[in-house]
Amino acid sequence: MEPVLATHEATLYAQLGGEAAVDAAVDVFYRKVLSDKRISSFFDGVDMDRQAAKQKAFLTMAFGGPHNYSGADMRRGHQHLVARGLNDSHFDAVVELLGQSLAELGVAPALIAQVAAIAESTRNDVLNR
Amino acid sequence: MPTIHYAGQDFPVGKGESVLDCLLRNGIALSHSCKAGACQSCLVKGSGGTVPEAAQRGLKDTLRAQGYFLACSCRPIGDITVSPVGSAERTRARISGLESLNSDVLRVRLRTDTPFSYHAGQFVSLFREDGLARSYSLASVPHENDLELHVRRISGGAMSGWLHHQALPDTPVWLQGPSGNCFYASGNADEPLLLAGTGTGLAPLYGIVRSALQQGHRGPIWLFHGALAPSGLYLIRELTELARDHANFHYVRSVLHDGDSGGAEVGELDKCILDRFESLAGWKGYVCGDPALVNSLRRKLFLAGMASKAIYADAFLPSATP
Repeated sequence: MEPVLATHEATLYAQLGGEAAVDAAVDVFYRKVLSDKRISSFFDGVDMDRQAAKQKAFLTMAFGGPHNYSGADMRRGHQHLVARGLNDSHFDAVVELLGQSLAELGVAPALIAQVAAIAESTRNDVLNR
Repeated sequence: MPTIHYAGQDFPVGKGESVLDCLLRNGIALSHSCKAGACQSCLVKGSGGTVPEAAQRGLKDTLRAQGYFLACSCRPIGDITVSPVGSAERTRARISGLESLNSDVLRVRLRTDTPFSYHAGQFVSLFREDGLARSYSLASVPHENDLELHVRRISGGAMSGWLHHQALPDTPVWLQGPSGNCFYASGNADEPLLLAGTGTGLAPLYGIVRSALQQGHRGPIWLFHGALAPSGLYLIRELTELARDHANFHYVRSVLHDGDSGGAEVGELDKCILDRFESLAGWKGYVCGDPALVNSLRRKLFLAGMASKAIYADAFLPSATP
C-alpha cells in the first residue's frame, strides 16, 4: 500500500467509526444484497457464516480500513461468478446497495462517495477484466 | 512433499491430501466421521510442525493451545508429527438407558465415570471401544445425572445400527468434547428466543429450552419442530406439558404431508415460523438439524430481521463413511 494512500484511508476509516461501523453495516448491507432480485441468485447456497465474514472484509476495505485484499484475490474470488454471468450491472447494484446501507445508517454523503470510490476501484478485478 | 510422522512411521502426503486421508490410505485406523471439519471425531494432536489455521477452526482455545487439530481439515504445509488423542481428552462413560422415542429415534442415556461439564445444546463425539466415532448433540441439561443423545436410525449406519440393534445397557464407551457454540447463554433474560429444527435437530433444542427455562428466562421462547410425517415427531407429550407449565414457552410442531397430522400444523417449517412474526429484529435464533434446512432457514431468519450474530446454527453433517 502507498504510504500517502494509507494516511488518507485511515482517516476515512476513522471518520466512519472503524470496526464498530463495519459491524453495524454488515447486516444491513448483506440483507439488502440477499433480498435484491438482481443479484441474490449469486448467493444461492453459499454458507452464511463464510459470506458474512467476506462481507465484513469487503466493507472494511471499502471503508478504507486495514485489509489484505489484493487485486489477484479479487479476481480469483469472483472468477466462478463471472463465469455465471456477473457483469457491470451486478457490480453497479452492489455499489448502489452499499450507498443505500450507509445512508440508512446516517453516514454523510461525502463519506459515502469516498466509500463508493474505493469500491469502484475494484471493478475491473472483480469482473476479471 | 510434506511427511507425516505418526507412531514411529513416516508417511509422505499426497498433493492436496489431508492428514486424515493420508493416514487412512496407509492403513491407520484413525477415528473420523463427517470429514468436513464439523464433528471433531478426527481430533489429533500435532507437534513439531505448523498446523494450518483451517485445521483448528471451531476448536476450543484450550485444545488449540495444546496443538490439537482436525485431521480431515489439515493439509500440511510442512513436515508434521501427529499423535492420537490421549485418554486425558476423553471421558469414560457407560450406556445407562436405551429407549425408543419414535420408530426411528432412540434415546441413549450415558453416565460418565467422572463429572462432565457442558452447556445444554453442545455436542460430543461418541466412541465405541473399537474406535468407531460419531458426533451427537446433547439433549440433556447439566444438572441431570445422565447425558442424553437422540440417535436416528440411518440405513446402513454403523454407529446408529449398533446403538439401535445391538448395544446393551452398561456397555462402556468414550466421550470427547463437549464442543459447539449452539447453547443458551444467560445474559438477557427478556429477549425473545426462536428455536427450530427437524428430526433429531430437536435434541439440542430440547436441552436449550429446558436450560433457558431453568435459568429463569422471562422472554418468549418459541420452539418449532418439523418432520415429514407425524411419525417423525417425538417428545410431544413432554413438550406440551412444558408449554402448559411455562406461560412464556410455546411449542409448535409441523409436518409436510397433509393426511392425519395428529394435531401438528401442516406445511413447510419456515412458512410455519415466518407467518407468525412480522419482524425478528431483536430475537435470538437456534437452528439445528438437516444442513439444507439449517442453511435456508438461517438465511430466512436473517432476512426477517434477526442479526447474523444472533443466529446459532448447528447443521448435522452425515458421516462420510456409513
